[in-house]
Amino acid sequence: MSPIISAIDCDVHPTLPGMKALLPYLEPVWRDMIEVRGIDSFESASYPPHAPLSARPDWRDGRVRAGMDVPEIRTQVLEGLGADVAILNCLYGVQLALNEDMGNAFTRALNDWVRAEWLDHDLRLRASIVLPMHNVEHACDELERCAADPRFVQALMLCMGEVPLGRRSWWPLYARAEKLGIPIGIHAGSSFRHPVTSLGWPSFYMEDYAAQSQGFQSQLTSLITEGVFAKHPGLKVVMIESGVTWLPGYMWRLSKFWRGLRFEVPWVDRPPLEIVRDHVRLTIQPFDAPENQEIVTQLIDQLQSDDLLLYSSDYPHWHFDGQDAMPPGISPALARKIRIDNPLATYGRLAIPAPSLTLPANGGLA
Amino acid sequence: MARQVVAAAREIEPGGRKLVEVAGRAIVVFNIAGEFFALANRCPHKAGELCKGKISGFISSPEPGVYEISHEGEVIRCPWHGWEFHIRTGKSWCDPRTMNARAFEVKVEKGAQLVEGPYVAETFPVLVEDDYLVIEV
Amino acid sequence: MTTDVLRPSLDPASNRLCVIDCDVHPKDSIEDMKPYLAKRWIDYLATYGVRSRHGFQNGFLYPKSQPQAARRDAWPPDGGLPASNLKFMQEQLLDFYDIEYGVLNFLSPTGQGAQNSDLSVAMAYASNEAHRDRWTGPDKRLKASIVVPYEDGEASAKEIVRLAGMPDYAQVQLLSRMSELAGKKRYWPIYEAASELGLPVGIHVFGYSGWASTNSGWASYYIEEMAEHCTSCQALLTSLIVEGVFEQFPKLKIVLIEAGFAWLPALGYRLDKLWKTLRSEVPHLKRAPSEYIRDHVYVTTQPMEETEKPEHLLQIMEWIGWDKILFATDYPHWDFDDPRYTLPPTLSRERRRQILSENARQLYGFA
Repeated sequence: MSPIISAIDCDVHPTLPGMKALLPYLEPVWRDMIEVRGIDSFESASYPPHAPLSARPDWRDGRVRAGMDVPEIRTQVLEGLGADVAILNCLYGVQLALNEDMGNAFTRALNDWVRAEWLDHDLRLRASIVLPMHNVEHACDELERCAADPRFVQALMLCMGEVPLGRRSWWPLYARAEKLGIPIGIHAGSSFRHPVTSLGWPSFYMEDYAAQSQGFQSQLTSLITEGVFAKHPGLKVVMIESGVTWLPGYMWRLSKFWRGLRFEVPWVDRPPLEIVRDHVRLTIQPFDAPENQEIVTQLIDQLQSDDLLLYSSDYPHWHFDGQDAMPPGISPALARKIRIDNPLATYGRLAIPAPSLTLPANGGLA
Repeated sequence: MARQVVAAAREIEPGGRKLVEVAGRAIVVFNIAGEFFALANRCPHKAGELCKGKISGFISSPEPGVYEISHEGEVIRCPWHGWEFHIRTGKSWCDPRTMNARAFEVKVEKGAQLVEGPYVAETFPVLVEDDYLVIEV
Repeated sequence: MTTDVLRPSLDPASNRLCVIDCDVHPKDSIEDMKPYLAKRWIDYLATYGVRSRHGFQNGFLYPKSQPQAARRDAWPPDGGLPASNLKFMQEQLLDFYDIEYGVLNFLSPTGQGAQNSDLSVAMAYASNEAHRDRWTGPDKRLKASIVVPYEDGEASAKEIVRLAGMPDYAQVQLLSRMSELAGKKRYWPIYEAASELGLPVGIHVFGYSGWASTNSGWASYYIEEMAEHCTSCQALLTSLIVEGVFEQFPKLKIVLIEAGFAWLPALGYRLDKLWKTLRSEVPHLKRAPSEYIRDHVYVTTQPMEETEKPEHLLQIMEWIGWDKILFATDYPHWDFDDPRYTLPPTLSRERRRQILSENARQLYGFA
């Protein structure tokens, strides 16, 4: 690979072929449970495999799923989209399990599968630690366990869970993540403890996917108002596959309310939009905007920061065609920050070389 | 420049306030434990009348879950959007660099001095033995 | 020397503001509705109360930032709750700001969203009757929204048909947090009746859906409840579009009230992208979602977003459409927007006139 990095793809999805693939990584009791009970699949309804959005047609290449193995991601992402490093976020629905021990066991197996079947096969791959989401002790333990391997650069949660992510029950996790210098990635998806809208279950998958961006808005409000960033000033949060362009309107609204209501949450001692700019990053795909460069440029200007966005393809999800995941209308200077500088500044662990990976020692480029 | 007697000091009790007009400006005078302060009666945000706001303290927090109250009786909250202003300075809590209620100096002067001095407000009955509040705009 | 109320002066008469206020909240009491309620329901209310879809016997799930969520200067001097007294409302709002028309939205007690559906029907009827007595009869500037017992679509349609011909009523009133998403078929009789009779459907934020306040569970704070109004409106507008409500009722106009508006363009962009990818799921949609928004959806301004740079607000307004934005004060509530100081100062006179009055005049057919 080139010693000069041209892009870090911060959201790539490896696809688990099925529950059987986890068997070698499960403890005997859970292997047995799968067989005895006939547990076939924990695939999440957030991404129906046949739905057009779940995999781009050319990446599917006639199959149902894409991103099934390392050679495929090598061809389609690292070479096809020109990424030098890819961060793998596995979305297999282990967080949906209602039995917390089962969820924990499957999550551990999933992370071990990612390490053994992916990270060990290409030095350019990094991954997020999928966290079990119903027991914070399990989440902390899994974070610590996987963090021993520097190729895990982020912890991964879903944007819809059982309780909002700002709630204090989560805080031991944030304390560990802050100490380890590992960002918390919040990815689209639900563990379906609640309907995907706050007004009940919608009729169509299109509404379900649209509601993901509502989940991000609610989680960000919760993280800010509950005081997570006041308590953990070193914590970073990455919103992955959020849609991005909801953010300016969201920041204006919450910052306006904060001026009159801040006494209710007095630990929020500065405008939410400043907190967002200091602590929150967003991956760029999908980028909810029309194909109109002027509007994209204006939307980017509304963010009022060049540090917020991280390059991502969201492979194999279908949000754009062609080989360029960068929305048109972004200046070359900003595009460079999005592709390289912002990811490096966000994921401190990217600067830690994997064996024989030729990242510059300073982690940056010139 | 206008210098005007706006009230007898004893008219405004500690914790009280009074709306006055000086040279066409609406000004609200506060008594905080015997000290007098004056702010423009217009919130710099959207012009809510500060004289109709709630007087309270500042709630702050050293860390999430811990609530502290200070400056009790020294904070006026705009009756509309709830922005908080420190009565002593006019500074807003949420944006003290750019959003402040205009503060005016209030002087307490003896009636005797006022009767002799050049600034007597003709419409205001001044008794030699009382204290009066004077605002200069 | 002292003055009780010092009025900042309005524009000179030649340059009147000419405001149509699209969100005014008069306050009624059960007492006001009693002449129109059967004894059975009067007794029920006295014994069991309204029983909203949350746990507190009385009041609000999230305590407000100030009593009744009202401006502290909106309590009538001779007693009663804010906006419960027409004379004081006239002084403080209608006359003070020279308001041509005020569109009235009623939050409680109206019985909307009550767990007992028959009670909801009875209270909606009583509210609507009381509103003519108390508000639209005595002051012709006031135009009421028709309160409907929205969880019962058929009963709601009947109430709309009963009242639509009267000049007292300007639109149909739903709340944002109904028990299901607004596009669901159970609510279609409401859209059918309203669009046939030429009434817009105003969807005002608040209400209790019975579901958690976020799609990830219950938020803790009032500031979150306030912030969540735009997420729930995103969900309900998505539902109206994707379920095909605007295909089914091409004359339907929706007014989103008190949800702010800066979130709306981004939602349209998101849905357009999804529609391109997921069209096979929604073959009943003939056009891009943003086109339905452009043709059918109006927004009221309050609580107006305050952007860091003024041009950003203008961009958002441009993207929504200058003819779709309606001014609202939200009187008597604390997050009141003052018609003199709310719109960006750089707006042209024509744009200002559109937003302050002309768009509403056309939408509601006011003279």
